Formats: sequence, structure tokens, C-alpha cells
Amino acid sequence: MTHPASLITMCNVSKFFGDFQALKDVSLDVAVGERVVICGPSGSGKSTLIRCINRLEAHEEGDIVVDGVTLSEDAETLNKIRGSVGMVFQQFNLFPHLTVAQNLTLGPRRVLGLSETNARARAMKYLERVQIPDQADKYPRQLSGGQQQRVAIARSLCMEPRILLFDEPTSALDPEMIAEVLEVMTELAASGMTMIVVTHEMGFARRVANKMVFMDKGEIVEVGAPEDVFTAPKSPRFAKFLQQIINH
Amino acid sequence: MKRILVVTILLALLSGCSGNWGWYVVDPTTPTGAANLRFLVSGAYNTILMSVTAICISVVVGLFIALPGLSRKRSWRSINRVYVEVVRSVPILVLLLWVYYGLPQLSGLTLNVFWAGVLALALSDSAFQAEIFRAGIQSIGKGQYEAAQSISLNYRDTMRYVILPQAIRRILPALGNQLVYMLKMSSLVSVIGMQELTRKANELVVSEYRPLEIYTILVLEYLVLILIVSAGVRWLERHMNSEEA
Repeated sequence: MTHPASLITMCNVSKFFGDFQALKDVSLDVAVGERVVICGPSGSGKSTLIRCINRLEAHEEGDIVVDGVTLSEDAETLNKIRGSVGMVFQQFNLFPHLTVAQNLTLGPRRVLGLSETNARARAMKYLERVQIPDQADKYPRQLSGGQQQRVAIARSLCMEPRILLFDEPTSALDPEMIAEVLEVMTELAASGMTMIVVTHEMGFARRVANKMVFMDKGEIVEVGAPEDVFTAPKSPRFAKFLQQIINH
Repeated sequence: MKRILVVTILLALLSGCSGNWGWYVVDPTTPTGAANLRFLVSGAYNTILMSVTAICISVVVGLFIALPGLSRKRSWRSINRVYVEVVRSVPILVLLLWVYYGLPQLSGLTLNVFWAGVLALALSDSAFQAEIFRAGIQSIGKGQYEAAQSISLNYRDTMRYVILPQAIRRILPALGNQLVYMLKMSSLVSVIGMQELTRKANELVVSEYRPLEIYTILVLEYLVLILIVSAGVRWLERHMNSEEA
């Protein structure tokens, strides 16, 4: 498969929390339609990396170019980038005081300027895509964790982003609910959505990813196609990590 | 029903201790007593109007004072700190006297008793409201801001649609407290001649010379007012919580 254009380019990105360096000289290219899975031990900088892409964290060194726009402090630039990058969080972060439908229509109405009818129609379309159209008028806390995460995915989709970032989307879920979320993500991947997923779900990675990234201590240690890295990881750290995760 | 019973028993008990009661001043079966009662109760309108106006102003002012207090910039935060520390260290009565007697000299602007009272009450309360709002907003998790950012909401919309609706639900009990406090503190405005509950009672005491009975009625008037407010706040809390339950 050939990827015509880079959607995200990270070039020598470093990020510090005080004295602690969370990202060390990280470079990564993500092409249109590519599905990147990032894994690594906790504290390795995976979440920080994707949070830098929509600037939930500001990086100190290097450049990040998203969809042709270089990330900067400038509010207009930020809006442009956040408009094309959606994000799904570990803790869902749904708005608890709003119904499912209101969670989904808030962005389209306030940011994209859609009418209430159009926003609602769009919300229903994406709720159907994540297979919970019947929950539209419930409040988040009336739903199961898996359903809430699917609502969160639909909320991102409603902004019609070009890239979706997933920050450990199944880590806060009970085991029986992980499958339903992964299923929605697999379907999204199949539809051609560009995705960067931080996860420990190696089965999902094997099925869906076309690029695996292994991080440790703020560095990208290894990048490769899943069929290669799973069978023959080049770095000993990655090999050890895979073994731990598979044998746990 | 239960409340009325308690109040009646309380009154009966009070009349029982030593024989010096003269309930005739407020006996509704006599024309003078009924007129006196009407006179006392007639202050309620101003008490309520003044307190409610003041709290509406102080909530808005308090919110706008709270927001810079949440800023990452030190200079913004210090605006909040200075306002809160200065305003809340002035006693309400002192502020009231300053606004009513001092402000005209300073600015040539003369406020009538009502607005002087409202201004003093609102100003003083706004510092407390600011702290309540700051606490409420700070109690909302970082994830809510990040979710709002991830769908490109700007600061204003994030506050208006995501943060404040949740914060207000959480601070509702504290806001109810402030309203009760305001109703009570409005009695201070009687010193500059505002015709509210306390002033009416004072005036009647001067002409009838039955302070015990008249001030007891005054206590009951505040009690009833505040029980109504408390019930209202509780209803509101239940109503808002059931929405997201």
C-alpha cells in the first residue's frame, strides 16, 4: 500500500515537564489512511506524544505539522488543527450534564455552525455508526462504560476530523466491554480513517495497524510493520515488553 | 403543617415563661393589633426585593471576579486576590455607611436608600461569590476542558456550555447559603432608613414600647422567609440532579 501524503509530521520533538524529559527527539510520519499503534511501558511518553499533536500539551523543541499546518501558540492555527484532529480519551470525558445527543451536537453547533436539525441528523448518523442510536436521549451515566466510550468516539466523528487520536481507549473498561469498542475502532479503520492509537491491545494492533511504534523512556525505540515487529522485534527492550504483555 | 405546630408550641412556651408578655400589640382580633401586624409584615416586600436584587448582582460580579482567579497568569490571579481580600475584609455595616454617606461626597453621586443598600450588600457578597465560583469551577476535572478543546470549543463556549453548568450544580448549596445570609444582612440597611422588616419593627417598638413581642414577631418573619428560601433551594437541587441521574 502506498501513502501519498503525510498527514502528520513530527520532527525532533522534545517535551519537558520541569526537569523531566517526557519526549526525547521524537520523529514520526503518519500518512493519510495510516493506522499507527503506539505501545510501550507506562511513563514511556505515548500519551504525551499524541497529546502534543492536538496541543493538549505544548512541546518545547522540534516541529509538528498537522495537515499542512505547523503547530504554534496562535489561537487560529490551534483551532484549525483541532478541527481536523479528533481525540478519544481513556476516561471518555463525556459531558455528564448533557444528553448523549447534546454531547454530540455541541461541537457541530457551536464550532461548525450547524443548525439544530442538521447537527441532530449528523449526531444520529454517527450514533448509528457506533451502534447505539437508541441511547440518544439518555445521560452518560445511564450508559455502560463501553457505550460511553462509543459515544465519545461518535462525538469526535461528529466534527468530521481527518485524524483520530485514541489515548488508551479501552484501559478504563471492564473486559467484557473492550470488544465492543475495539469493534467500532476496527470498523473505523476499515473505512479509511487515519488513526493513532495508544493501546496495550496487541490483538487489535495485529489486526488493524499498518505501523507499530514502540516507545520507552520518552524515545521511539522501534517502528515497523506489525507482521515484522511481532515476529522478530529488533530491539531487546521491545522483545521484553512484548513477552511481558503476551504472558501476563 | 409540622412547622406551624412547632411554631405554635414555641410561642406558647415563650408566653409561659414569666408573666411579662403583652401580645395585645399584635393581636389580630383587635383593630390596633391587626394594623400593627400588617405594618410589621409590610416590610417583607423591601427585604425580599433588596436581597434578591443584591444577590443577582453579586452572582454576576462574583463570576467575573472568579474567572481571572483561575488564570495561569499571575497578574490576572492577583486582580482576583486583591478584590476578594479587600472587599471581604470590610464589614457590611461599614460598607453601607461608606456607600450611603461617603460615596456622595466622593463622587457627587447620591444613591437612594434602596440602591445604597443593594450596592453595599452586593459588593460585599460578590467577594464570597467569587470564592464560591472559583472553588466550583476548580472542582471540575481537567478532562472536561480537554474534551472541550478536542472538539475545538473556544474558552467562552467551554465555560458556558461545559464547565459552568456543572460547577453551578455543585455550588448550589453554597449559593443557597449566600441568599439566606443576604436576607439576614439586609436588616442592616435599616440603619440608613430603609423601610424593610427590621426598620418597621424598630419604628413600632418606639410607638408601642413592646420590644419583646414585636422583635419576637420579627424573628419569626425572618424564620419563615428563610425556611421558604431553603425549601426552594432544595427543590432546585433535586430538580437539577434528577436531570443527570
